[in-house]
Amino acid sequence: MAAVSGLVRRPLREVTVRDAINQGMDEELERDEKVFLLGEEVAQYDGAYKVSRGLWKKYGDKRIIDTPISEMGFAGIAVGAAMAGLRPICEFMTFNFSMQAIDQVINSAAKTYYMSGGLQSVPIVFRGPNGASAGVAAQHSQCFAAWYGHCPGLKVVSPWNSEDAKGLIKSAIRDNNPVVVLENELMYGVPFEFPPEAQSKDFLIPIGKAKIERQGTHITVVSHSRPVGHCLEAAAVLSKEGVECEVINMRTIRPMDMETIEASVMKTNHLVTVEGGWPQFGVGAEICARIMEGISKKLVLEYSQAVVNIMYLNTYSIKRLKARSVWHFSSRKYFKSKSRKSCVQFPGCSCCSCHWC
Amino acid sequence: MTLSRRAATEAWRLLGHLKETLGHPRRASWAVRSRRCRQCLCFMRKMLAAVSRVLSGASQKPASRVLVASRNFANDATFEIKKCDLHRLEEGPPVTTVLTREDGLKYYRMMQTVRRMELKADQLYKQKIIRGFCHLCDGQEACCVGLEAGINPTDHLITAYRAHGFTFTRGLSVREILAELTGRKGGCAKGKGGSMHMYAKNFYGGNGIVGAQVPLGAGIALACKYNGKDEVCLTLYGDGAANQGQIFEAYNMAALWKLPCIFICENNRYGMGTSVERAAASTDYYKRGDFIPGLRVDGMDILCVREATKFAAAYCRSGKGPILMELQTYRYHGHSMSDPGVSYRTREEIQEVRSKSDPIMLLKDRMVNSNLASVEELKEIDVEVRKEIEDAAQFATADPEPPLEELGYHIYSSDPPFEVRGANQWIKFKSVS
Repeated sequence: MAAVSGLVRRPLREVTVRDAINQGMDEELERDEKVFLLGEEVAQYDGAYKVSRGLWKKYGDKRIIDTPISEMGFAGIAVGAAMAGLRPICEFMTFNFSMQAIDQVINSAAKTYYMSGGLQSVPIVFRGPNGASAGVAAQHSQCFAAWYGHCPGLKVVSPWNSEDAKGLIKSAIRDNNPVVVLENELMYGVPFEFPPEAQSKDFLIPIGKAKIERQGTHITVVSHSRPVGHCLEAAAVLSKEGVECEVINMRTIRPMDMETIEASVMKTNHLVTVEGGWPQFGVGAEICARIMEGISKKLVLEYSQAVVNIMYLNTYSIKRLKARSVWHFSSRKYFKSKSRKSCVQFPGCSCCSCHWC
Repeated sequence: MTLSRRAATEAWRLLGHLKETLGHPRRASWAVRSRRCRQCLCFMRKMLAAVSRVLSGASQKPASRVLVASRNFANDATFEIKKCDLHRLEEGPPVTTVLTREDGLKYYRMMQTVRRMELKADQLYKQKIIRGFCHLCDGQEACCVGLEAGINPTDHLITAYRAHGFTFTRGLSVREILAELTGRKGGCAKGKGGSMHMYAKNFYGGNGIVGAQVPLGAGIALACKYNGKDEVCLTLYGDGAANQGQIFEAYNMAALWKLPCIFICENNRYGMGTSVERAAASTDYYKRGDFIPGLRVDGMDILCVREATKFAAAYCRSGKGPILMELQTYRYHGHSMSDPGVSYRTREEIQEVRSKSDPIMLLKDRMVNSNLASVEELKEIDVEVRKEIEDAAQFATADPEPPLEELGYHIYSSDPPFEVRGANQWIKFKSVS
């Protein structure tokens, strides 16, 4: 029995990211007749990065479709098939090539449900490797998290390890919305421990929820995709020096799980964002902007005691807070003096630009 | 005054009497003095008044039926239609076709509805009740009605932004279309889509990006083949879009995988303001598919369009793969409401097409000349259509706009409600799927 490697449940608990994605897609193809995969070299070549190994042999030409090199064309075909009721998985060989087809992803897929007043949904998954690889030069190394994360109507996920990869690809395929899955080529071959629940055919990771990979108290480090690994390594080094980092794996870029990040920053009061994309207008820039604008009302009510520790509210938001009666108690007690000494913080903290400390 | 059957019979008898009297040389001079003749004349006057009231839309059906039913119409007639130019095809659609009275009246009504709806949209736009984009398709009615006549309601259709006619023929009411144009909540997309984003069952819009709908249409055809239900997808684009690269990518994949896709180029001679000669190295759009067979059809003749569509649909359904149709048509309005339409073409040209090839006029002449319908009957249909459009415009003007609370609705499908950030972090909109 020539068991094709991607389809065998390894008795070992270590599974590579590649095999995890393969398993996830295989299970969803089996579960729902309407799911099919199309892209360049996904069928007979077993996938440009061997992610779809064995699937063509199992499911055949009807469900695993090799396309010519026409990104705009086949992305449009995938979106059209999704509009007509199928559930395509459209693979881009790398997300750099998705720029050829970005009109179909944004204008034809992401915006349609809204523009049709809720009549026409587009249950499609766009997946492929994103971000830098090993020496592939500028045109093949861009990270598209910020580009796709900008658009309403789209869900964008970015798995790091095998568990993320399998859970997120399955959730993406079962989701009735267009989902962009930003994988990472350098992570494909990295093995991770697979928890027992991840072996299940119904193992799903909810889209929109981040995971705290490592608990800490001194500093929050937020990241997605491959840099999460770098952050954990850095955290291990720092903990020897007595600095405990809380490492958050975002998992989802859009809709972003700000609550987890905010709760962590409330606890540690320090924030570093780490990503593979360019800094200007990037994912990290968005996280910092949201933290600097002020935490959500819900979090304030939950952590009412922690309100006194807030030091990153800028002047504008303080004025607004004063106007709200629900905050009357804390604001009157705390902000009336507008004293800089109200801030209880480490000296020289530069986690925001409010200059309170 | 309603004319009962009894009154009508009486009228005929009196007319006969009058004819007899006036025809007779001696009796004629006594005609007006005769009480019977005076009665007859009076009756005739009343009858004529009643008839004119009927025809002007007091809709006293029994009267009209009495008048009209007295004429015998043919049930159907055979017409000759123009032969289509063919590319990579041995045979084309037939050159004669049979039109039944029922079908003829249906097509006339549909074309007249599309025409009046577009003119009403023009009027509402000039009154600033419709804003934003508005691309009108008057002049191209034979395309939308003829295509619909050649396919089944279970087939699929996708087009570009000149979509109001197709939205109607695919099943939406004029009320919903006009309300969508005016951006009210009674519109088919709840006022959120506007002119270019109307959807119905088996109708995928309404697409704003020129040419993007062609790969989408090929994808819908892929779904038809995948599901194995013998359905076809009509994918329309214009002469301007025909130069888009993604269309050729779609041709390639459709032919490779033998998708049941009918690619239809609505060639109205101008891509916005650029004539076809200035935009395309080859204006034989039906040949542009190269390895895909094509036919060039007279898009102003509804019967020609219908027969060509039936032929193309049969070709696709037999599993032979995609086919291309070029419909040669014309639009009377400019590209959109901001374009007067005369800076790149002459008024004489527009007038010439209107007088010689207007699709509604062509159908009307055919039907009247072969006794499938009378002029009065068609006028009656005109009046009914006008009323329908007026009512729809009334509704579209009076309906309220969608409430601000619904601004964030329908961002994601099948998701639990969540909050969407507005213009700043304190403005939140609820989003419900």
